[in-house]
Amino acid sequence: MSSTPNKPAPTAPQQQGFVFLPLIAGWLVPGAGHFLLRKWGRGALLAISIICMFAIGLAMQGKLYANAHDILEILGLLGDLGSGLLYVVGRTMGLGADSVQLTVADWGTRFIVVAGLLNIIAAVDAHNLRTGRKS
Amino acid sequence: MFSPSHFTAVLLFGVFASTVFGITQRETPQRMFRYGLYCFSLFVGSAIVLSWVMYLIAR
Repeated sequence: MSSTPNKPAPTAPQQQGFVFLPLIAGWLVPGAGHFLLRKWGRGALLAISIICMFAIGLAMQGKLYANAHDILEILGLLGDLGSGLLYVVGRTMGLGADSVQLTVADWGTRFIVVAGLLNIIAAVDAHNLRTGRKS
Repeated sequence: MFSPSHFTAVLLFGVFASTVFGITQRETPQRMFRYGLYCFSLFVGSAIVLSWVMYLIAR
């Protein structure tokens, strides 16, 4: 009876560095997590989509949530914070409407919140690429 | 101020959201593209269907 020696499974090349870096970078700057992993095309498309959605929301006089008085505002603020530095820059420059008075501005507010939520999805995707959960 | 029509806003929303969904939910470029197209058609299609439903309810 012959037995073949167990060969170690081929492993992915070891990546050095902080494992959560693409997640944090992707959250702060849309697409940056994928850029760090040299996924240039994916990162560029994600960055364009998220930044355009955020900018169009602002152009539609959407509101950047700043207070957390009730549950809806808390949820809106959490969504906005998903945009990372885009939210910080927008707040610092005083962009966005203080109150929503037009229907278009209400859509713009949703655009801004959804841009933040999409950015979180993109950052988690970068983390999954980094950990090898996704190729 | 940018003031698109409701349908234009749906199209813009669908394009951006579908792009992110396609890239993040599939692994190969071809499957990303197909899934993005699928999501876009669902976004726009459901908006059109719901619009007709609301129109018929309001009559």
